[in-house]
Amino acid sequence: MLIRQPSDILPSEITPKSVFLNRREFMAASAGALLLASEASASLKGVPSRFSTKDTPSSLKEITTYNNYYEFGTDKSDPAENAGKFKTKPWQIVVEGEAGKPRTYSLDDLLKVAALEERIYRLRCVEGWSMVIPWVGIPLASLLKQVEPNSRAKFVSFETLKDPKQMPGQLSRVLDWPYREGLRIDEAMHPLTILAVGLYGEVLPNQNGAPVRLVVPWKYGFKSIKAVVKIRLQESQPATSWNLTAPSEYGFYSNVNPAVDHPRWSQAKERRIGEILKRATLPFNGYADQVASLYAGMDLRKNF
Amino acid sequence: MQVNNSNEQVKIHLGGKSIVGQWAIKLLKPLVFIVCLLPLLRAALLFSDSVNPIEFITRSSGTWALVGLLVTLSITPLRQITGWSRLIQLRRMLGLFAFFYAVLHFVTYIWLDQFFDLNAIVNDIVKRPFITVGFAAFLLLMPLAITSTNGWMRRLKRNWGRLHRLIYLIAPLAVIHYLWLVKKDLTQPIIYAVVLAVLLAWRLWRRKTN
Repeated sequence: MLIRQPSDILPSEITPKSVFLNRREFMAASAGALLLASEASASLKGVPSRFSTKDTPSSLKEITTYNNYYEFGTDKSDPAENAGKFKTKPWQIVVEGEAGKPRTYSLDDLLKVAALEERIYRLRCVEGWSMVIPWVGIPLASLLKQVEPNSRAKFVSFETLKDPKQMPGQLSRVLDWPYREGLRIDEAMHPLTILAVGLYGEVLPNQNGAPVRLVVPWKYGFKSIKAVVKIRLQESQPATSWNLTAPSEYGFYSNVNPAVDHPRWSQAKERRIGEILKRATLPFNGYADQVASLYAGMDLRKNF
Repeated sequence: MQVNNSNEQVKIHLGGKSIVGQWAIKLLKPLVFIVCLLPLLRAALLFSDSVNPIEFITRSSGTWALVGLLVTLSITPLRQITGWSRLIQLRRMLGLFAFFYAVLHFVTYIWLDQFFDLNAIVNDIVKRPFITVGFAAFLLLMPLAITSTNGWMRRLKRNWGRLHRLIYLIAPLAVIHYLWLVKKDLTQPIIYAVVLAVLLAWRLWRRKTN
């Protein structure tokens, strides 16, 4: 008797033809459905934004396999390898502190705060490389306005989930977990600052900070905290992870600034991933027209 | 005492004038040569698929230069432990491979990373301690590579050995270079530091006991 091995069956014979032909849309749709927990939601396409750069976006492979995300390991290839089983559902974000209407958001709630926008932003890492990333997200300001910050709300602090069982990098003490970041309230309310939930029109991959991350495009990448579970409005400047670890190297502001070197890396130039020659780094990562006024009168060498 | 005895026996067996020992080293040499080329082959295969190929080639060439230095330094202890004196015949090749990967590392930095931007390079060497020590280690390695030939060994006589003791400075500089460039997770450089410490401690211990 001939027993056929399972490998004899081609995947195309199992998957309905119409589905595998439209695999991309199918996946996007199901991923979207998963995120929204509603039956008939489409992919995470956002409307194009006037804040998007015209620079060519980096490839999905580049964006999803080259990540600094120490919760999943310190090598750039670690997050793509280790974040696959990370559970992003259910998810809650506590928004608390100096607010009239503090509130806990589920991901569904978050997606109802404002219309999703596609924001193609440059990302500049403090290590001297850069990418262009088509995020999908909502302005952080829309969320903050809902909770009604009071007059004592001068800063916003953020925290990443702490769960060493799911985030193996947290078993080692490279950083003081959970990862913490912070912004001044005017930085947080700036229209360029977004909470991203998607990438390339689909649900944010885990290694890029799913299900929801901050993106502050004029600052070095490490300010844009991933897997956010807590947002707190407060009167005092929050402690931030990299600043706690090496205060002489990582300041609170961390605005991209070609004139101020990191002790290990000159910040004058950067290598755009995919390019051989380095290009000049622009003040505020090229967003100076929009954000330089936030820092009028500040010494950016001191407040690096 | 017992250990010494067994060492002597091994020496008679493998080293000295034994034909087996001669053949073994003759076979071992091309084998080691090929093994030393494997990192280059690996880099060539993975280079184009890497998201940041220049960073990748910089890292892997640096890693193998450092590994090469440590392997070269391990020849003497290995010889003393096994009693097989012919192992010394591998040392020059290993040292030159370490230099080869160091050259690759240096050229990648100068060419692909900085694109001959002399201003940026000088700034880096002056302002960034990890580049300062890495550059120093590379400069010090050059005379050792140049004088690695039989001709130079003859000409320099006793001074050859003195000159090549620079390796005891170069290897720590290379480890420090790595240690200082790492942003946070020091596990890897610490492993190299520990291996180097053991290799150097062995020599101190031998000098004391002999």
